[in-house]
Amino acid sequence: MLGLQAFFFYIFAFVAVGAALMVVFSRNPVHSVLFLILTFVAAAGLFLLAGAEFLALILIVVYVGAVAILFLFVVMMLDLDFGQMKKGALKYAPFGLIIGLVLLAELIIAGTGSVYHPELARSTAMPMQSLYEMSNIRALGTVLYTRYILFFQIAGLILFVAMVGAIVLTLRHKPGLKRQSIPAQVARNPATAIEIRKVESGQGI
Amino acid sequence: MEIGLGHYLTVAAILFVTGVFGIFMNRKNIITILMSVELILLSVNINMVAFSAFLGDLVGQVFALFILTVAAAEAAIGLAILVVFFRNRGSIAVDDVNTMKG
Repeated sequence: MLGLQAFFFYIFAFVAVGAALMVVFSRNPVHSVLFLILTFVAAAGLFLLAGAEFLALILIVVYVGAVAILFLFVVMMLDLDFGQMKKGALKYAPFGLIIGLVLLAELIIAGTGSVYHPELARSTAMPMQSLYEMSNIRALGTVLYTRYILFFQIAGLILFVAMVGAIVLTLRHKPGLKRQSIPAQVARNPATAIEIRKVESGQGI
Repeated sequence: MEIGLGHYLTVAAILFVTGVFGIFMNRKNIITILMSVELILLSVNINMVAFSAFLGDLVGQVFALFILTVAAAEAAIGLAILVVFFRNRGSIAVDDVNTMKG
């Protein structure tokens, strides 16, 4: 009898794997991005089944809401010729297939060759409390903001550098564009900024 | 049948190999290569979360959070470079990236 957890695990796992295959094999990049979103949603379901509630929701918010939409924007913004893009795509397929199969064999050997000791759980760095005692997000916060606060701030710095880098890379200076000039604004004084005129009664300027 | 660590690792391994295959397969399209990289990072995250859950260790989820951060930064920078490259060359094929004769 298939338990409810196993049932949902298999649903999410098959959706994730199928969508990942479609990401690679889809002819249209827009379809690839949409299948990538489906993969992320299925992976979020897997995270939820494993008890990582916060990461599951973060995956939906950050990946589906931001990264995948960024991909979608770029794919649709660039004027690409999808037809000729797939020409000669199969040239490298046998090579990739060999690499992939070797990698899969290595992973299977590594996975089946190692032994999982349940007593390892007693020597963990940060033992996880039961979800009944403390919610996942609270437990994560107590670890992230204390022991890993330096890494947390470095992660923020990385995001900041990435943001600045993306803006600097894509910024374009067009001639004839009206821009804000800080020195000109700061150099203004009453003599240059305002003009006082005597208005005659009954007449405009 | 109980879902164990091996099930999660199998799914992650299949996703990883799919991503690696995608990098070799799509030589005409850097966007799909970036998406394959995202798949690889996602499979690593699944591994982290699975080990975190089955070893009862929270640090795995903390690391998954950092991997997520770096992946988001990588996607942003990669797509920015892609947009600049498309502006300059009018194509996003890998074979056209040979200006530096590397």
